[in-house]
Amino acid sequence: MLTNLDRPDSAATPPALEVRGLVKTFDRPAVDHLDLTVRAGEFYALLGPNGAGKTTTLRMVAGLLKPDAGAVSIFGIDALADPVAAKRITAWVSDEPMIYDKLSPIEYLEFVAGLWSIPPDVAEHRAHELLDWLELSAHANQRCEGFSKGMRQKVALAGALVHDPRLIILDEPLTGLDAGSARIVKDVLLQRVRAGVTIIMTTHILEVAERMAERIGVIAGGRLIAEGTLDELRAHAGKASSSLEDVFLDLVNQEAGDRARPAENAA
Amino acid sequence: MTTLAPPDSTLSGAASSSDQHVARRNTVDVATVGWFIQHEIRLAFRDWIPRGKTTQVAIISALIVIALHGIAYEFVALIPAKALVNQSESPFALLVASLAIVSLFTMMIAQAMEAVTRAFYVRGDLELILSSPASSRKLFAVRMVATTIATASLVGFLILPFIDMLAFAHGIGWLGGYCVLLALSALSQTLALLITGGLFRWIGPRRTRLMAQVIGAVLGATAVIGGQVPAILKSGTLSRLALISDPTILAVLPQPSSLIWLPAKAAMGNPLAISLLLMASFAALAATIYRMSNGFAEMVVTAAGISEQKAVSTRRTQFGRANSPAKALRQKELRLILRDPWLVSQSLMQILYLVPPALLLWRNFGDKAGTLAILVPVIVMASGQLAGGLAWLAISAEDAPDLITTAPIRDNLALRAKIEAVALAVAWVSGPFLLALGLGAPLTAFFGLIFSGLAVGSATIIQFRFRTQARRSQFRRRQRSSRLATLAETFTGIAWAGAAGLLAAGNSICLVPILIATAITGACLINRGRTG
Repeated sequence: MLTNLDRPDSAATPPALEVRGLVKTFDRPAVDHLDLTVRAGEFYALLGPNGAGKTTTLRMVAGLLKPDAGAVSIFGIDALADPVAAKRITAWVSDEPMIYDKLSPIEYLEFVAGLWSIPPDVAEHRAHELLDWLELSAHANQRCEGFSKGMRQKVALAGALVHDPRLIILDEPLTGLDAGSARIVKDVLLQRVRAGVTIIMTTHILEVAERMAERIGVIAGGRLIAEGTLDELRAHAGKASSSLEDVFLDLVNQEAGDRARPAENAA
Repeated sequence: MTTLAPPDSTLSGAASSSDQHVARRNTVDVATVGWFIQHEIRLAFRDWIPRGKTTQVAIISALIVIALHGIAYEFVALIPAKALVNQSESPFALLVASLAIVSLFTMMIAQAMEAVTRAFYVRGDLELILSSPASSRKLFAVRMVATTIATASLVGFLILPFIDMLAFAHGIGWLGGYCVLLALSALSQTLALLITGGLFRWIGPRRTRLMAQVIGAVLGATAVIGGQVPAILKSGTLSRLALISDPTILAVLPQPSSLIWLPAKAAMGNPLAISLLLMASFAALAATIYRMSNGFAEMVVTAAGISEQKAVSTRRTQFGRANSPAKALRQKELRLILRDPWLVSQSLMQILYLVPPALLLWRNFGDKAGTLAILVPVIVMASGQLAGGLAWLAISAEDAPDLITTAPIRDNLALRAKIEAVALAVAWVSGPFLLALGLGAPLTAFFGLIFSGLAVGSATIIQFRFRTQARRSQFRRRQRSSRLATLAETFTGIAWAGAAGLLAAGNSICLVPILIATAITGACLINRGRTG
């Protein structure tokens, strides 16, 4: 089994992520005074149509984008005031695996472990476990330049796990993966949640969110329009036995209608 | 269940002969050679001229052309008129013209090698076009002709002002240089195609890419240093004039009637030489294109397949001891630099540029320090240029920027580690030369060390200030992403090199280039516009 950080008592643990009044404007508001709380140890799926502000939100949480306003707290650490401390316990995986073509997976993990200042002997043991687990051991010493998208994504995921983060943020991690690779990635993520790690994931594959996430947040127009378990969302949408797809489309259409109405009234 | 096929379609059965005829006719009508040429011109135009800046680019280009003509006029004015009397019969004039042509030709082959490699390996729109019913032979022919014109234009931009001024000062016949330029371009393209095609067959697509890049880089360097090495070995100086004026060399040259002087005579305006050269070069190019166009699609497909081959294995199986972020970053940068084929060839070129000073050092070892001072600017210039390329790779071409940004390290730590890696790599190349110089002239070597450091510093600052997010694979196009950065890097490199040379020679004018380099570097430090 993989080693883990000692988890504090869940009752005393602050939220894994707490976002308050987050704002980011490009040519139009991408994230609009967003409030979001993710509990420690939960698997949280963030859904929304294209351009809803999911990736922008997560990039701000991961420290890849500077918010125009708002606060981001990761396990009680103010991520804007002390980004290094927040990053020490966070991992980020994007939809496009960014790894080095000229490094082998083992060298990539060695590099990531160095960035997170993990002692080499601990990192080496963890790296080999992860490569085994992700079925990459046979390719551990081959350069990544010839790897498929799935293999590259698995290397990126191994990089995210090698420093044993408490919060893993994933932006569309299953995009473009074949069924086998997707299954491995999903299994790894579920195992980490069981080990007490918090996962926040965006996805367009609603079936994945439905099966894996404990709570689901729906974002549209840069704001959180609904949040809860699948049953809570069904109740919110007034569709007791519907699938997540129906509920999601209903919520998004409602929001679009609500936003169009004031504009029509003004006209 | 409803069928989504359009009403007139014949999806369930074979297409009618009239449909096939229409399809064939449409394909033939659209993908003609002319259509491909139009496509290429549009892409090239948009590649070179930013949107809405046509007038600006035209004005700047015109100013550069006028300035180059001014420089060329000054240069040509130095040639005594009597040296070119009865030029086509003068062994000295024929030798000078031939050496210039050989140097130009070598440079053009290097250019063409790079262009041909790109045509085979950079996928771009190739997958789209090759998966269409359009003829790959036509595409290949058009691309190769376009590359020939591009090579001629690129070199011509620098050379034509000299041809114009030669014609202005020494007779209209020198306009034959235009035809020689075209012929050399066609011949260089032919050679580049044959070399690349041959390598592809003999050593396979993966190695061909590296070899073609290395050959191109070596040829490019040879064009610059080729004349210097014999001059140093013969006379102990960098001056080629002493070598080609040597009566013993002039005495053994072939007769002026020899075919070896054909290009030189064409450049001087001999109509028969021009006709023969143009016909021979374009016939060779046409035959090569015709011969290779059949296998073009297959070569591209094979080249595309190399990324899907089994990845290269690394020797190490054990984890390293990189237990700090700075060490991990330095190790990663150096590892990536050493594993980059293009960089290896670039570094090789930098080392080749250091061959003449090394030879000069060897020839003059033990002479007075003043002779050795000439080495300092060369080493400083090479260090600055190498640092510019490496700094671009380390700073702008980070393939995993999200990983570095989300790592728990301060921003300046990542930057510092990258700069340290660049400095270390430059030290590996320039260090041995400075060390050898130090044995003969310690003070000169000290100046070389200080100014090499300054050149590396300036190049790194410029690359940092003009950084943009790019892929390592875009290294060849880095100069296009910011021409201002390229100009700043070049001018500071020249200024630091000049200052080092002047200081080593004890000349107080060295303060002028020092001020220029400092001013340019300072201006780049202040410029925060693009750094976000």
